[in-house]
Amino acid sequence: MTSINGGVANHAIPTGEPALVVQDLSKTYRAGEPPVWSNVSFSVPRGQRVAIIGGNGAGKSTLLRCCMRLVEPDAGEVYFGAHKITGLRGRALSRARAQVGFVFQKHNLVHRLSVLTNVLHGGLAQRRSPRLWFQSVAPATDRRKALSCLAQVNLAPLCGRRTDELSGGQSQRVAIARALMQQPTMIFADEPVASLDPQAGEDVMQVFSDLAQAQGLTLVFVTHHLEHALRYADRVLGLQGGRLALDAPTANQSIAGLRGMYA
Amino acid sequence: MRDADDMTLPARFSPPGPVSIVAFLVFLSFFAWSLAAAGISISELVEGLPNMGHIASEMVPPATDRFWPMLSSVLVTFQMALVGTVIGIVLSVPLALLAARNHTPHRLVRSAIRSLVSFIRTVPDLAWALFFVASVGLGPFAGTLTLVMDTIGFCARFFAEAIEEVESGPAEALTALGAPNSAVIACATLPMAMPSLINTSLFALEKAVRSSVVLGLVGAGGIGAELATSMEMFRYDQAATIVLMIFLLVVLVEALSSHARQRLLKNRH
Repeated sequence: MTSINGGVANHAIPTGEPALVVQDLSKTYRAGEPPVWSNVSFSVPRGQRVAIIGGNGAGKSTLLRCCMRLVEPDAGEVYFGAHKITGLRGRALSRARAQVGFVFQKHNLVHRLSVLTNVLHGGLAQRRSPRLWFQSVAPATDRRKALSCLAQVNLAPLCGRRTDELSGGQSQRVAIARALMQQPTMIFADEPVASLDPQAGEDVMQVFSDLAQAQGLTLVFVTHHLEHALRYADRVLGLQGGRLALDAPTANQSIAGLRGMYA
Repeated sequence: MRDADDMTLPARFSPPGPVSIVAFLVFLSFFAWSLAAAGISISELVEGLPNMGHIASEMVPPATDRFWPMLSSVLVTFQMALVGTVIGIVLSVPLALLAARNHTPHRLVRSAIRSLVSFIRTVPDLAWALFFVASVGLGPFAGTLTLVMDTIGFCARFFAEAIEEVESGPAEALTALGAPNSAVIACATLPMAMPSLINTSLFALEKAVRSSVVLGLVGAGGIGAELATSMEMFRYDQAATIVLMIFLLVVLVEALSSHARQRLLKNRH
């Protein structure tokens, strides 16, 4: 197993400015308890697809949330491109977050609202207009854009449905469409297929993979499915024992090898 | 594996501790004292039965000589309730957001708003009505102001609890995509809390309709003033008409609110 503790990936990476840089990030939830992880550092080049793996409680979701500042890290820095995220506040933080589409394990859609309205919400950071609150009052251009995002995940015919009438796989695809509405440069996905059946999970991962490839998006996803990590990622990061214990290209990895992260 | 016979099952019931026993005895003593203070008297109840029968017989048949003025007063009563409830609901939403743990700007603001709402709720309707009658004079305006306060005391508290109980995921998703706080509240928190907000609002309307009847007794407008006058003039037949009108109004409002609740909860946006 390639083990690089706290270092930037040493495998061949695309050139140019990285999409995401994490430097010496540490997080402890309660004083006196051991850190979730400490001194985590890595850099993700633009367009790369990265899987984060690790056992329950290893801090995979916390790492993604700290990168978005949904959870405050105790120490360290996060950069989206050249922009330092740690330390930002208010509208500047909102603008930085708008660059990243975040897809959650439980979809986090607003169930009482329609599919189209949920997707429109993806545009709320760029255009802070109340007209994007509900599809019934949204400008025609935004409605068409939202429909186009839904078409990219093959859900345009369901745009008028309430999201609580959708299946888990459809809900997750709506969440992806909402992320696309942001026109992000990067997508973070926190166990996006954990609540889906195997076929729906494959469909959702395929959608991620196709979009990342077609639009040149950087993709960072947390997963327990090691086969997904190998199939849909270029690189795998492994959290274990409060540190970044693995950072390697997936081409060099096998499922048996990655199982070592769960020992 | 150990045999089940060797293992000890937990007790079905835990015996009450000395503190629980003392608390129970204190409660029983206080209740016995309260029975005496409440003036419960079987003999007075028995002696009052013929009077009850007499009044009931005077109520039949209900009078129709003042039917239209009474119907007009019932309408004013409902209008007071409707306007007071709507204004109260509108004012309750921002108060509830400030009082909800997940949206308050500071815990001191939350405590201050919660205390204010508790105070508003604790003061009885009739006390508010007397205060507003003394402030703005007799009539429906005093009643409407009373119902605004009554609605705030009820709705702001339950709205705040509904807002605290909503699933945090959708709000977190909108925060993560960079939406401003106003959008997070309007697009995630309020729609998620909407079933509870609608239920509470419609209960507030039903409650306001019932309360508005009583407010007339202290001069705050509506059908209550007609009821007080009829009882004072021993026109129990007129009083019966008013009671029937109030009953029909309350039944109608409950039926309409039940229908509205179902329709509103089915809507999509």
